[in-house]
Amino acid sequence: MTDEQKLVHFQERIDAGEKIEPKDWMPEAYRKTLLRQISQHAHSEVIGMQPEGNWVLRAPSLRAKKILLAKIQDEGGHGLYLYSAAETFGIDRSEMIEQLQTGKAKYSSVFNYPTLNWADIGAIGWLVDGAAIVNQTMLAKCSFGPYARAMVRICKEEGFHQRQGYEIMAKMMAGTNEQKAMAQDAMNRWWWPSLMMFGPHDSSSAHTSESMKWKIKVESNDSLRQRFVNRTVEQAHHIGLTVPDLNLTYNKETRNWNFGDINWDEFWTVVNGNGPCNHQRIAHHIKYHREGEWVREAAVAFGKKQQKQNSLN
Amino acid sequence: MKTQEAIYQYCLRIADSNLILAQRLAEWCSRGPILEEDLAMTNISLDLFGQAETLYEYAATIKGDNATADSLAFLRVEREYFNRLITEQPNGDFAVTMVREVLFSAYQNHLYQALCKSNDEMFRGFAEKALKEVKYHLRHSSEWVIRLGGGTEESKVRSQAALNELWRFTVDMFEMDEVDEELISMGIAPDMKEINKSWMKTVTEVFTEAELHIPDLNNVIKGSNKGIHTEHLGHILSEMQYLQRAFPGATW
Ligand SMILES: [Fe+2]
Ligand SMILES: [Fe+2]
Repeated sequence: MTDEQKLVHFQERIDAGEKIEPKDWMPEAYRKTLLRQISQHAHSEVIGMQPEGNWVLRAPSLRAKKILLAKIQDEGGHGLYLYSAAETFGIDRSEMIEQLQTGKAKYSSVFNYPTLNWADIGAIGWLVDGAAIVNQTMLAKCSFGPYARAMVRICKEEGFHQRQGYEIMAKMMAGTNEQKAMAQDAMNRWWWPSLMMFGPHDSSSAHTSESMKWKIKVESNDSLRQRFVNRTVEQAHHIGLTVPDLNLTYNKETRNWNFGDINWDEFWTVVNGNGPCNHQRIAHHIKYHREGEWVREAAVAFGKKQQKQNSLN
Repeated sequence: MKTQEAIYQYCLRIADSNLILAQRLAEWCSRGPILEEDLAMTNISLDLFGQAETLYEYAATIKGDNATADSLAFLRVEREYFNRLITEQPNGDFAVTMVREVLFSAYQNHLYQALCKSNDEMFRGFAEKALKEVKYHLRHSSEWVIRLGGGTEESKVRSQAALNELWRFTVDMFEMDEVDEELISMGIAPDMKEINKSWMKTVTEVFTEAELHIPDLNNVIKGSNKGIHTEHLGHILSEMQYLQRAFPGATW
């Protein structure tokens, strides 16, 4: 088969709803897009451990500590799982980590915002994981088998995170005035970054059309964002939180919550590395990765010695 | 000393040790040498928070007076904590954390084995469940110490330095007072001299296999039974208790 025929066949398989597996033929651009997306997703899970880890030691009850620690572990586990999915493309984890640390690979921009009070932990679980679920439920239908399967597994856990995050917010909104103020403050700071998680408008998204054709995405950024807003606004109102958007109105005909303009300048500033915590997140990752180098070397050296001994025996 | 009072005190000793070590291990979150170890350490931390909670709940029922697991965990002052001193020692590098984990999980392993035979039903139930967890903690940390001891020159030097540093806190784990006397007489808690012997056998095996030598005991630091701590505990508590102290009476 010529490459052109292969491409036609590939598109037929996609259109028929078949899953593409790592050993199957795929266009270079498909491979590249998926590798970029999966490794970026893995990095997001790992970098996301930092803002949440920032409150582990200060979590205000034994139960809260256990839930938060378990959540962060889940996220790290998602990271491991996604790194393995990316490794099916023949790249290894250390290479991906290097790309992260040099800025060649990106991670979700939302983690470049700081966690400044305990309600931020609630807001991350509720809003950030909530937005991730909307996106990942869509990705569970994507055409690349290993990624789709990873998403099915991961989505289940994200559902717990979202509910636990909402529970923190609800408890604080039912608490003292100080707690309510903290919850509203967290809402004000995390609302817009959560909407930005869905990426640029369809009209200005660089990757959308090809990704849709190949079913790497099966729904557009704007429609996913709208679904998230519709779901979340009602949850916010239910516990007495104000959505920080003066233009928020309910459209009875479309049954959508219409929302105000997203600050795309801010979005691009953060994506391009100049958000409040971009520098801190990467510096942290590099610092502890370097500090662990002697441990990794020792494990390799010990493994080699063992191998030698085994072959002598 | 009344038995109930002794049981209460004994709960705090074990629960405080677990809480403080859990807090220490949680510091590794996002800081592990590899992602797998990051997760392993916070997983041990999670087990220990759970163990602490079980015993605080038991202690709270004895104390009455509206005490809860959380009020015990978060609202006492330094001198009212009875965690073993080794648990509050800083994480240091990965070698310090792993050596500390071997020393302490081996101790928990033998202590919990003995508590499985306790005349106190709560202790028995606690120990049976917790024993499974600490056996894993011991295996995990032993494997690492053996790996580090036999890895590179650097990892060997670091591991030996860790053992030299921490050994001085091991006597404290086996100290006994009137609480132990009361509970031993009732068949509720073991004689720590016996635990000390089996512990020594276990850790000697690990360190021998790791080619590390056990240092001389010329500096012994103890005091946990009386709530005399090292300077580290106060800092752990100020961080841990921050929200509880800043917003008294709030529920989270
Ligand atoms: Fe996740
Ligand atoms: Fe999550």
